[in-house]
Amino acid sequence: MKIKNQAVVLDNLDWKILQILQGNAKQTYTEIGQLLGVAHSTIYDHIHKMEEHGVIKKYTVVVDLEKIGIKHVTAIMTVFTNPKESEKVAKRLLESKEVLEVSASLSENLSIIAKVVAEDQNKLHLFIAQSVAPLPGVLRVRTSIITRKYKDERFSIEKWKMESKH
Amino acid sequence: MVANSFISRVLRKVPRENAFYFFTSIGNYTGENAASLEEFVRKIKEVDAKSLGFHLYRGDFEKWVAETLEDEELAEKIRSLKSLSPSGNSLRNQLYLIVSKRYEKLKGEFCS
Repeated sequence: MKIKNQAVVLDNLDWKILQILQGNAKQTYTEIGQLLGVAHSTIYDHIHKMEEHGVIKKYTVVVDLEKIGIKHVTAIMTVFTNPKESEKVAKRLLESKEVLEVSASLSENLSIIAKVVAEDQNKLHLFIAQSVAPLPGVLRVRTSIITRKYKDERFSIEKWKMESKH
Repeated sequence: MVANSFISRVLRKVPRENAFYFFTSIGNYTGENAASLEEFVRKIKEVDAKSLGFHLYRGDFEKWVAETLEDEELAEKIRSLKSLSPSGNSLRNQLYLIVSKRYEKLKGEFCS
């Protein structure tokens, strides 16, 4: 990994390490080294640098909530805002435990798109009615409750690298 | 005769976090809200009829009137409207009649 004009440039080994970690972040430096035919100390150096520069943001766990009996509803909420207040609305949403993701969109009017989770539909509604609608600058809210997921994957480095080669 | 302290409490403007926010369904906020009984009367005439049905049958109106405006008498009248199962414009007109009548009565008694 190099820093070029203040931008991070990954080398071939970094990309390969990221691909392996995306598949299973629990693998040890030795295991990754064996897979790539490189010493574990080299793997450590590369991973450490990527952590230091924020390329690797965190290691997390994907929990299957259904398996442990946690009932919940997930929804995609589009919050249409007054442009002057948009940033503040996004920041307030970030503070809520019900909100999993927050993004901004310029597709039609200025809007904030957030992924929200709640115990049930009533609690979801209460959260939006009591904590989102009253925020200064909120013009209206459109919410779609997710009833079925057909695909749920994170950005894949492997696929992206393959496609960018063509 | 109703006490002036009670009337001024019911007719007061509440902070924005305690206002009534009109939705058309779960999570779909129309952008309309009411922070006082006076505004509530006006909004009944303006908002989408779908929103009035959504809140009436969930019991949201009676809850807000009883808990925020603290007018149990009006809350009871709104509650009893549900048993008639009105919808659309009929719901709007009946709800408007109940709430505006109460508002005018309290306003009249406060001034006298």
